[in-house]
Amino acid sequence: MKGIAKSLLTTLSTFSRKPVTRDYPNVHKALPERDRAFPLLLWDQDIDEPFCTGCHACERACPVECMTVLMKDNPNHKSVGGTSSRRKIIDKFWIDYARCMRCNICVEVCNFDAIAMNNTWTGHETSVHDRKDLVMDLQMLLSQSHAGAIKEWVPVMARLT
Amino acid sequence: MVTERAREFDTQDLLINVGPQHPSTHGVFRMVLEIDGELVKDVIPYIGYLHRGAEKLCETMDYRQGIGFMDRTEYLAAFNAELSYVMAVEALAGLEVPERAQWIRMILCELNRISSHFMFMGAFGVDTGVMGTPFIYGWREREGIIDLFEEISGDRMMYAYFRPGGLAWDVTTNFKARVREVLKSITQGIKDFDGLFTENEIFVARTKGVGYISAEDAIDYGMSGPSLRASGVPMDVRQDEPYLKYAEIDFKVITGEHGDVFDRYYCRLQELRESVKIIEQCLAKMPDTGPIMPEKMPRMLRTPPGEVYIRTEAPRGEYGVYLVSNGGNRPYRLKVRSACLSNLQALKQMSVGQYVADAILVLGSIDIVLSEVDR
Repeated sequence: MKGIAKSLLTTLSTFSRKPVTRDYPNVHKALPERDRAFPLLLWDQDIDEPFCTGCHACERACPVECMTVLMKDNPNHKSVGGTSSRRKIIDKFWIDYARCMRCNICVEVCNFDAIAMNNTWTGHETSVHDRKDLVMDLQMLLSQSHAGAIKEWVPVMARLT
Repeated sequence: MVTERAREFDTQDLLINVGPQHPSTHGVFRMVLEIDGELVKDVIPYIGYLHRGAEKLCETMDYRQGIGFMDRTEYLAAFNAELSYVMAVEALAGLEVPERAQWIRMILCELNRISSHFMFMGAFGVDTGVMGTPFIYGWREREGIIDLFEEISGDRMMYAYFRPGGLAWDVTTNFKARVREVLKSITQGIKDFDGLFTENEIFVARTKGVGYISAEDAIDYGMSGPSLRASGVPMDVRQDEPYLKYAEIDFKVITGEHGDVFDRYYCRLQELRESVKIIEQCLAKMPDTGPIMPEKMPRMLRTPPGEVYIRTEAPRGEYGVYLVSNGGNRPYRLKVRSACLSNLQALKQMSVGQYVADAILVLGSIDIVLSEVDR
């Protein structure tokens, strides 16, 4: 009986502690800045175009082959009277969020710091009714960075070594 | 166990199917129990429901890409799974890991062991028939650890944080303070489980003497980890073949005496305390600054031809990685030696002659993770 009493006392002692649960859909936990949700493309606010040049580095390095990249000539390039120094620029970009395993490799291989892992709650709450809706196109991938909603923390292995 | 009186009635044996989708099978595991009344006469386990071919997939990718798949082979202790793979690649490539990275790896792996054992405590409580309470206790403590992992690596379960050569990026600046904070709540959590289970007469009556396996049989089945140590065999890779910095750390290898379900629980509980001690020593010895990757790392890592077998002590036992390279940037052959698969072989030996409810208890006590069994 002593053991059971001790066991019940243990349970009883939790009444005096603060609750550890959160009322999730209403209260969101503050995410650390390193939090990794799904990858997003970043927007160059200075020249008003994406950083991405469509170089296929991320597409080749992706272990689960969830990306499709197409590039085009930049209509805003200096040679044609524009303001950008990017000769090529991203034309079409798809990321299948259903396949992505959030390994951060695409961020590490990017030479232009054009892709980052979403570290906000929008990246975690992506449920849809049809899995085809999880294939994100260029406009969806860029919209958050364009609006300035992404806190940047881009860990790149090459910079540290 | 079968009484003479029961033998007088000539009853037909019954085959019942447990799983694959059943909460007490800890994943997608199916077993067919041949029962005589309430007694188990035979157990036929069926595995492979979660087979994804992780080993073969890794052979089609370079070394860095494989890390993500190794995480998924053992999702409750992903750091430990990553560690074996990364250490195998380092051994082949001849990479020297900076000292600080090794300490960080050790701390994270031990924390992961703690979180995995808490998960076991919770699930085991449910297996014994206590609905809810211990399960939530286990999750509560695990949550604190996982929040810490999220701050460091960015992900809660699939970290992809260890790299051949070191770590993907440095830990946060308040790392040591945060670990100490988490250790405090872990110590309280261990106390809670100790109070909840260890002396509880109902729990002891339910678990003592159930699912016995002798030390000889356990060795013959190739069991490892706490399930083997509960039978009294002091086998721990951390002690026998120290990797990382375990040689500089002072810790005890916990062994049981009886090899029953209770001992398998109690070994894990004491291991939690040992892990806390290990982490405290690591924190004292870990340098505050220093590199976490070797000076010169090639952009694409290639390994010279050769083969290597690296084993580490994961929460469930010996997690080994056999890696063969033919000189390219990807494994020629990768084989994962999973502790769970070997431990599962002893299921039949342990549960024959027990009651049906105890068969579930035995399955819970070896703490299987089906993704590690099937890979």
